[in-house]
Amino acid sequence: MGTGEGKGMDRRGFLKLAGLGALGAAALPAGWSLVKPGEALAALGGTVAGGVVAGRRWAMVVDLRKECPAGCRDCIAACNTTHNVPTFSDEAEPKRHEIKWIWQAHFYSAFTGIEQTHGREDLEKREVTVLCNHCENPPCVRVCPTKATYRRPDGIVMMDFHRCIGCRFCMAGCPYGSRSFNWRDPAAGLPAKMTNPEYPRRMRGVVEKCTFCSERLDAGKQPACVEVCKEKLLIFGDVANPASPVRELLKEHYTIRRKPNLGTDPQVYYIV
Amino acid sequence: MIYDKGKIFLGLAIFLALVASPFWYNPVFGTGKTAPPEVKLPAKEKGDCVLPKAEMRSSHMQVIYDWRETVVRGGGRSVVLPDHREMKMSLSNTCLGCHDNKKEFCDACHGYLAVKPFCWDCHFNPKEQV
Repeated sequence: MGTGEGKGMDRRGFLKLAGLGALGAAALPAGWSLVKPGEALAALGGTVAGGVVAGRRWAMVVDLRKECPAGCRDCIAACNTTHNVPTFSDEAEPKRHEIKWIWQAHFYSAFTGIEQTHGREDLEKREVTVLCNHCENPPCVRVCPTKATYRRPDGIVMMDFHRCIGCRFCMAGCPYGSRSFNWRDPAAGLPAKMTNPEYPRRMRGVVEKCTFCSERLDAGKQPACVEVCKEKLLIFGDVANPASPVRELLKEHYTIRRKPNLGTDPQVYYIV
Repeated sequence: MIYDKGKIFLGLAIFLALVASPFWYNPVFGTGKTAPPEVKLPAKEKGDCVLPKAEMRSSHMQVIYDWRETVVRGGGRSVVLPDHREMKMSLSNTCLGCHDNKKEFCDACHGYLAVKPFCWDCHFNPKEQV
């Protein structure tokens, strides 16, 4: 056995060949490997303009001193039309397949852990506007196995719908319920003509959530919900800039955040 | 000595003929219409595409993939090409902005080659929408 004189290959010969093969594989030209983002662009000689500005930190302030006008859902409607968020109203249970980016929740379901027997009774009865908190320490990002959700340097917790595999770990990780899963084909919950053809819709089996309107920020606009609020109860800005309107509000008023005891450092502040 | 030699070899011949059918079906029964589809370029040529035509034909998918990663992962929304043209990196708005007939431009080739890009699960042609 193993003399190398037989028909088959002996152990030594096999190892030699395998070693040579491994060397060859390592020396394959770069074209055989996966192309990293930006490589093809760099090969063209093109340069990319715009993008995330480091040193910024986007955040939102929700003013609860004034109540939303009765029945006003302008911010929600604006968000849904801007991002082609589907609505499934034919369900007997309206919340069953609900997709929500920004929505209204009861004060005490939004702010848990601060319940007291005697408090602000007017607030207690209130619905408050809630959305993704774009946490400084986002648990959804920690659990995402494909990096489909990630934190940008400017603080936005982004979703890359292309990479989402629909495992819903992020939904289990998020303590705010800010993420929705497309159980049904979103096309079924959208009008035949898209309300905003410039923004894509999603496909079935993908998780979606608020992105702080990153596409509008890049175009120098405010998020859709902030722009549309007639009462100016939503204020958006850069908390890293001490002169920003958001920072001015935070300096002047006492604010609370949703479930801060969990250590996620949410970046949506509520003036009470 | 093989029993039923004739039957066995006949069976083998039929089996091989069936297995090899992808190689002989078209030359024998094909209609001869195997010419690749004509891709309709936009009626009004608005100068060069992102890359020269030949390169665009061979590697547009790489460019689109690259744009996607750059835009979604926060690297920027527009690209400045070496000839100083600035372009918004957007499939629905930039690509389909010129190539406004998706059926005759994208689908003609993709259908012929049986390529099923999943771009259209989410992105759509704004011209068909309005």
